[in-house]
Amino acid sequence: MSIEFRKELFADERDDGLNEIGKPKLRQDIEGHVTGRTAYYDDHLLDGLLHMRCVRSPHHHARVRSIDTSEAERMKGVRRVVHADDVPHNLNTLLSLIGFGKDDEQLLSNPIVRYRGEPVLAIVADTEAIARAGCAAIRVDWEVLPHVLDVEEAIAPGAPSVNPAYPDNTFTYEPYDHVKLRFGDVQSGFAQADHIVEAEYEMSPIEQAPIETCGAIAAPETADRYVCHTGTQALFFSLGTTAKLLDLPSSRLHFIGGTVGGGFGGKVDSITEPMAVLGAMLTGRPVKFQWDREEEMQVGAPRGAERWRIKDGVTSDGRILARQFTGFFDAGAYTRLSSYAGHKGTGHLPGPYTIPNVASNVFCVYTNRTPATAMRGFGVTGVDFAIECHMDRVAEAVGIDPISLRILNAYRDGDMKAHRRVAKNCALVESCQVVAGKAGWGLSTDDMAANSLVGSSAERAAIPETALDDEGKAGERRAGRATTADPVPGTRRLPAGTHGDAKEAIPVQRPDMQILAERVGHKIPEPAAATAVTPQKVATPTPTPPSTPTMPPAMAPSSHVAAPLPKPTAATTAAEPAKPAPYKPEKPFSQGVNRPGVSRFLSGSRRR
Amino acid sequence: MAKRPISFTLNGTETGIFVNEGQNLLEALRREAGDLSPKFGCGQGTCGACTILIDGAPHLGCLTLAEAAQGRSIETTSGLADGPDLHPLQRAFMEGFAAQCGFCTSGMLMAAKALLVTNPHPTRDEVIEAISGNLCRCTGYEPIVDAILDAAIRLQGRVA
Repeated sequence: MSIEFRKELFADERDDGLNEIGKPKLRQDIEGHVTGRTAYYDDHLLDGLLHMRCVRSPHHHARVRSIDTSEAERMKGVRRVVHADDVPHNLNTLLSLIGFGKDDEQLLSNPIVRYRGEPVLAIVADTEAIARAGCAAIRVDWEVLPHVLDVEEAIAPGAPSVNPAYPDNTFTYEPYDHVKLRFGDVQSGFAQADHIVEAEYEMSPIEQAPIETCGAIAAPETADRYVCHTGTQALFFSLGTTAKLLDLPSSRLHFIGGTVGGGFGGKVDSITEPMAVLGAMLTGRPVKFQWDREEEMQVGAPRGAERWRIKDGVTSDGRILARQFTGFFDAGAYTRLSSYAGHKGTGHLPGPYTIPNVASNVFCVYTNRTPATAMRGFGVTGVDFAIECHMDRVAEAVGIDPISLRILNAYRDGDMKAHRRVAKNCALVESCQVVAGKAGWGLSTDDMAANSLVGSSAERAAIPETALDDEGKAGERRAGRATTADPVPGTRRLPAGTHGDAKEAIPVQRPDMQILAERVGHKIPEPAAATAVTPQKVATPTPTPPSTPTMPPAMAPSSHVAAPLPKPTAATTAAEPAKPAPYKPEKPFSQGVNRPGVSRFLSGSRRR
Repeated sequence: MAKRPISFTLNGTETGIFVNEGQNLLEALRREAGDLSPKFGCGQGTCGACTILIDGAPHLGCLTLAEAAQGRSIETTSGLADGPDLHPLQRAFMEGFAAQCGFCTSGMLMAAKALLVTNPHPTRDEVIEAISGNLCRCTGYEPIVDAILDAAIRLQGRVA
């Protein structure tokens, strides 16, 4: 299959003096793959290896009344029964490493389980077969609790509360129980429209299903450390999570990974690594914790289910005047990465189209289903599916060609997007034209002449007066004081031209972690080179056309409009962005190298 | 549990190992014989990552009892290359971008080799049929099928 380059498009914006692009290149790891020499985590043979397996909940929601481990403990070959109490710091949330969200999940859950398959206990044994037999010999007395499996049932008053950190069953995006996006006034847009098109779209959870199941092998190492071979996609995430859950300084953990037998997002949750290291700590032996295929499919966190309701107000010639979203991400029982999916989904609205009035409420909802996590564009693919299905419905309702509808409404360079950033490097129009050409789909001459660089205007580049509301503060819905999940008519007005809060990137912990633009191969204009070590601002919007209103002072926090970003921690806001505070570990490193330029996670003997 | 000795030929080398009763051949090859090229993907015979050749025919290591290997000739991906010279299938997989994470690759190569030994000039449909028991989640199957057809051409005049 050859790649086709459309060099006539945007030719003046691109440097074609590239050495590698468009030329075939061997993967650097391919020889290892075809010779069977690539070493995945399970390809490390350790003498005296023990095997760990978990006792899992057969119920969606239940309380453990009692656990009888006596029969398993008497079994020959069972080395250790691992209880929830054995986990030194048994509460975490994945994104706590970047200071986002509350700790809400135990590594081994006790006394409440909140999804089917949640582990309550682990057995470490000489062989996998004995570990399985040991798990089967554990007697758990369950008290089954009421459960909820649907996102909208979960946010209704009276629904069983799933996650005690978020008793209202919604992640809290301060101060609301959803991410609010408001741009213009959808109610007035609907009033001016000729057609209203409403529909609901759903996507089921999707398991990443890598051929290599999740797992890790941990073993006591020299110098009072534990080595961990893992298939994680996020080695330092897993290291930080393990250090936190096991209450160890990270210098005592030697993580080896980076060779992943397929991940697709399903190997970021950092569950197998702390379990394996805990097993090695408790037995003093190498321990493998490997999910079998059934666990991979049942308890491996999938892409979360999504439900989207879209309501469009459209003119009879196909201009979309207003678009309203109500979105639900099914986080399952714990947050993992779903809180972030809410932000990602909101940041993607209203799709690649210039729509003057947009309102959306996006919820991250807890249910008694398997926790959801990352998977290939999670938070974006589901809503794109909904948006593009809806575009076809709109085209049908208005009676115009579906590709023509997209070209008509597509972003043009310089347009203001609903989240108050200027659209740049747009290419939907050109993509539609190429797709239509390839598919033999006839387009009108006007559509073929359209161009992403042409068509913006002062009006399209401006931020309109925006209707705001305060519906849906955290806790109100459960108390019956919020009437609907959909965006409600505004009660306040935000003046035209008001931007969102300017957000600063969190400064890097250590200056040597700053990405240097010249190292990653960006073309750098001369004067910008000096800014390479300055942490970049997260794009304070600067509209290009001169006719846009001047930027007023940053909005007060009470008038939140754009999706709120995670607040930087006190320590990071206090730091001068240009000069990050020198990195100081909370606990002194007991072992390992601590020299400038040398990773502190490598011991001297292992550095080659 | 008493261990039993078994002996077989592994990639042309006489090999003897001790296995547990009921142990599968995949685990025995990996853990006892130290050949890590067949992979554990499902343990249920659905993914094909553990495909090996027993007397030239493709078998699933996870569903074969280790004791059934007694006296047989077993081939795995680690024996595919002739010393430093890679097998045409390996070359075709490399140059055709037929692997991404590489976890299914060993099984794919063994299934492909079994096909080309019995059918040196397969049609596209025959290639698809031959790897129908092997799952890949990364590249899609097209580059793999292309690479196997490419290897068939490279192998012309040679014995697979």
